[in-house]
Formats: sequence, structure tokens, C-alpha cells
Amino acid sequence: MLFFLLKRLAGLVATLAAATLVVFLVLEVLPGDPAQVMLGTEARPEQVAALRHELGLDRPAPQRYVAWIGGMLRGDLGRSYTYQVPVAELVGERLLVTVPLALLAMALTTALALGLGVYAAAHQGQAGDLGVMGLTQLGIAVPNFWFAFLLILLFAVHLGWFPSGGFPGWGAGIGAALKALLLPALALAVVQAAILARITRSAVLDILGEDFIRTARAKGNSRARALWRHALRNALVPVVTIMGLQFASLLAGTIIVENVFTLPGLGRLVFQAITQHDLIVIQDVVVLLAGLVILINFAVDLLYLAIDPRLRRR
Amino acid sequence: MSAVAERGRPARRRRVFRHWGLVCGAILTALLLLIALVSLVWTPHSATAIDLTQRLLPPSPRHWLGTDHFGRDIASMLMVGAQNSILVGIVAVAIGVALGVSLGLLAAAQGGWAEEAAMRLADFTFAFPAVLSAILITALLGPGAVNSIIAIGIFNVPVFARLTRGAARAIWTRDFILATRAAGKGGLRITLEHVLPNIASILIVQATIQFALAILAEAGLSYIGLGTQPPFPSWGRMLNEAQTFLFLAPRLAIFPGLAIVAAVLGLNLLGDGLRDLLDPRLRRF
Repeated sequence: MLFFLLKRLAGLVATLAAATLVVFLVLEVLPGDPAQVMLGTEARPEQVAALRHELGLDRPAPQRYVAWIGGMLRGDLGRSYTYQVPVAELVGERLLVTVPLALLAMALTTALALGLGVYAAAHQGQAGDLGVMGLTQLGIAVPNFWFAFLLILLFAVHLGWFPSGGFPGWGAGIGAALKALLLPALALAVVQAAILARITRSAVLDILGEDFIRTARAKGNSRARALWRHALRNALVPVVTIMGLQFASLLAGTIIVENVFTLPGLGRLVFQAITQHDLIVIQDVVVLLAGLVILINFAVDLLYLAIDPRLRRR
Repeated sequence: MSAVAERGRPARRRRVFRHWGLVCGAILTALLLLIALVSLVWTPHSATAIDLTQRLLPPSPRHWLGTDHFGRDIASMLMVGAQNSILVGIVAVAIGVALGVSLGLLAAAQGGWAEEAAMRLADFTFAFPAVLSAILITALLGPGAVNSIIAIGIFNVPVFARLTRGAARAIWTRDFILATRAAGKGGLRITLEHVLPNIASILIVQATIQFALAILAEAGLSYIGLGTQPPFPSWGRMLNEAQTFLFLAPRLAIFPGLAIVAAVLGLNLLGDGLRDLLDPRLRRF
């Protein structure tokens, strides 16, 4: 068990290091001088040279990589060129929007998917199952930002229940902040829930055919109890695996959906950084998002052990 | 007896539903291809011509789906946009197939450290969704259709690598592979002549599904301005422009969205239907 954990931890560190190296190399290998890109085509050569020096671009690449990683470990992500403030400060504020948004979306996804998936499995082949499967097929085909438009049209414009965009900040109270995040989270969740509901359904159907479910029923467990207590827990391993992978899509989705609702999150930050050619911010945010995905998948691996004790013996 | 009847009925109903899916998927996909082909030679109006006197018109016999804020004909833009979606899908899937399938076949044939390395690489690529790679690439090279296609293609690589390796490994354990080995064939020949043809159907099915995902990803990238650039019409780009007029003319946002949903739904249904048809043992999610 301890060995397993150590091995996983070593793998995590190696993957994180590889992620930083890839991002660094991509920016290194792709044609285009970062200093030139930041200043635009009309900059004078002296200006470019001065910025290259300021950014440390005149130093050899390995040295710059080590400096970048060393800075990151100390929490120093460099200085944003356009905002002229530490990137860590910018990112810190934005994480308070993006992470709650992703978590809320994941919670909605899980609730919708488990409910629909288990329902469909319990009513396999009946009208309810076909209805759920048809809905999920439609859900998978809907672009999340377009679904966001539809939600805005219905709930913000037509009914006026929710704001159509913007974020009041956590200082305005948890209720107001959550209200601003609910529609974006729903837009993100519907697509992911459609995928997860299909996985849940087929995982539960697999388990329902097992002998121990019949045993559970024979022991006098009600149908619902056998389903929720015995079948669902055993079906969770594939479901949790997909949830881990979905978190990557969710984080990527926040970049797009934050732009629909003008939420001041990481997605909007990176988007502004692109238009302003602020490569330092882009590099840091991309590494941060990729790092989050890697960490989540690591957590999923550990979650397996909590769900299925049999895996602990490996 | 009654239990058998009870089990048989839903199963049959499901089979019918599956074939319906395949038929619907095939029709929608054929329609998408047809529209894109027709738009190469004919559209009701020019998809790029700006006429400010005709701006924001509602649907009419002259402009079937109305016009946008520049007076461009929506129906024509949607038709030309279909070309764009198909092109992105084909190239992005081709990149994924070319690199991913090679990697997967190599991993399955070699085993050992080559397999380990290829699969870790595939795992790792999963941490970079298309949007992230696109952001990195466009940050330096600037936004554009080609860069977005590359970003989407890169994300397809691990998908095909994993699928190919899993399926190919199963083929490698079969007896007839042993027979070809005994006949003196080398690893490369066995891979090309026996393994690849046996996993082709699975790959075709996955290619349809990745095609659909590529259309979705391209729409997303074009929506945030990293994909296809104006004046060439793209569905995602149209949605980006429609957002400003969401309250004034919601239909500008509705039609391109419906086009994306129809295209993606068609391809997904086709993929699922083909999977059931080609290999009923593979369960669909």
C-alpha cells in the first residue's frame, strides 16, 4: 500500500515536471520571438532587445527553465507584462471564480448523471430508458457555449430569474455569487452529464447482472436498496474514471463559458492575455490548468482505493 | 415463459431504436455532406457580401433564415460553414489517426518499454485539451484555422493511440498470429497485413465520433476567436458575432447552434449505429 502510494506520487511529480517542460519547449520551439510578439511588429529593435533582456530571454534556455520552475515552487510566477503586477496575484483572484465554477459544474454533473443513469438502467428498454438515452445523445451534441446562450435567453432575458453575466464577487455574499455561477455551471454540466449518464447506465447494467445482486434481493433487500446500495457502489469505478477525465474538459470548457457570461476567471484572464500577447501569463495559466488536470487524475487514482478495497492489495 | 416474453420485448424495442439511430445518423451526415458540396457551386446569396441596407432582416422567401448585422444571408453562411466544419473534422481526425494509430500499433507490437513510453505519452497528452494547446499555439503563431486544426488533431492522438493499442493487443494474442509468425512473417508485416485490417472497424467507428468532437471543438475555438478567421464563415464564428445581438435578434444565435447540433448528433448516431452493426459485442456508452 505504502509502496503503491510512493510509486504514484513519483509518477505525479514526473508528469507535472513533464507538463512544465512541454509548455516551455513549445514556446521555445515554435517560431516567433516572445519579445517581438509582446511589443508588436512596429517596435524598434532596441526596444525588443531591452525587453528580451528584461525577460531574461538572452540567457540560455536550460537556465531560464530552471529559473521559471524555481520561481513557481516559491510561488513566484513572474510579472505580467501588460498588467505590471505579479502573475501569482492575478491568478489567485481568478482561481476563486474558476475553481468554484468547475466544482459546482462537477457537482451538478454528478447529480444529474447518477440520477439519470441509474434510472435508465433500472428501466432498461422501457420508454423512460429510451427517453433518457435520446436526451443524452442530444446533450452530447450541444456545444456548451451555445447551451449557455439558450440558458441566458430563457432564464435571464425571458424569466429574469438569473443575471445574464458578470460576477458580484464573494464579498457580495455567497448567495449572490452562487446565483451568478449557477447558469454557467449548468451550461458546462449538461454536456458532461450526458456523457456520464450513459457510462453510469452501462456500468450499473453490468453490475445488475451479477450474482450478488440476486443474493441481495433474495435476502429481502428492496429493488431500490439493491440498486442504490449494492449496484451503484460497485459501478462507481468506471464512473469515477470518466469523471476524472471529464474534469479536464470542464476546465477547458470554463475558458469558453466564462467568456459567454463575462466571469472574471482564469479563462477570461488567458483570453485577455492572448489579445495582449502577454506570454508570461499564458505560459503560467496553461501550466496551472494542465497541472490541475494531472492532480485531479491523481486524486481519482487514490479515490479508487477508497471505493474498492480490493484494489488496495496491488 | 412470461419472463422470457418480458425480456424479449424491450430487447427488440431497443434493437429497433438502434437501427433508427443508424438511419437518422446516416441521413443527417449525408445531408451535411450534400449541403457542403452544393455550397461549393451554389448558395442562395453570397456568404460574404455585405449589404447594410439588408441588415437583421427576419426570415423571408428571399432570405430563408434572414440576414445578420452586416446584411449577409444566414442560410448561405451556414452552407459555406458546413465546408469548414467538414474540413476541420477530416484533417483533425487524419492527424489523430496517422500519429495515434502508428503509436498504438507500435506499442502493441513491441511491448516493454516502447509500450510504456507510448502510453505514458498518451496519458500525458490528455492533460492538454484542445483549447489549451490552441491557446499555446495561437499565443505565438496567431489565431487561424490551421493552428486550431493542429490543436484539435493533437488531442485526437492519445484517443487513437489507446484504442489501437488495446484492440491490437487482443489481436496479437490470437492463434492465427502465431501461425503467421511460424510462417516466418516479421512484426511489421503481421501488423500491416493482419492486425490493422482486424481492428479497422473499431477505428472507423471511433473516427466518426472524433469527427463529431472535432466539429464541436472547432466551434468552441472559433467562438473565442482562436479558430477560423473572418471573412470565411464558420458556425462558431457566427455564434461569436450573434452574441452581441442575443437580445435583439436571438435567431442569429439559434440557427448556427442548430446546425452544429444536427451535424454532431448525426455523426454520433452514425458512429454508435456502425459500432453495433460491425461488432455487437462492443457495448455502447
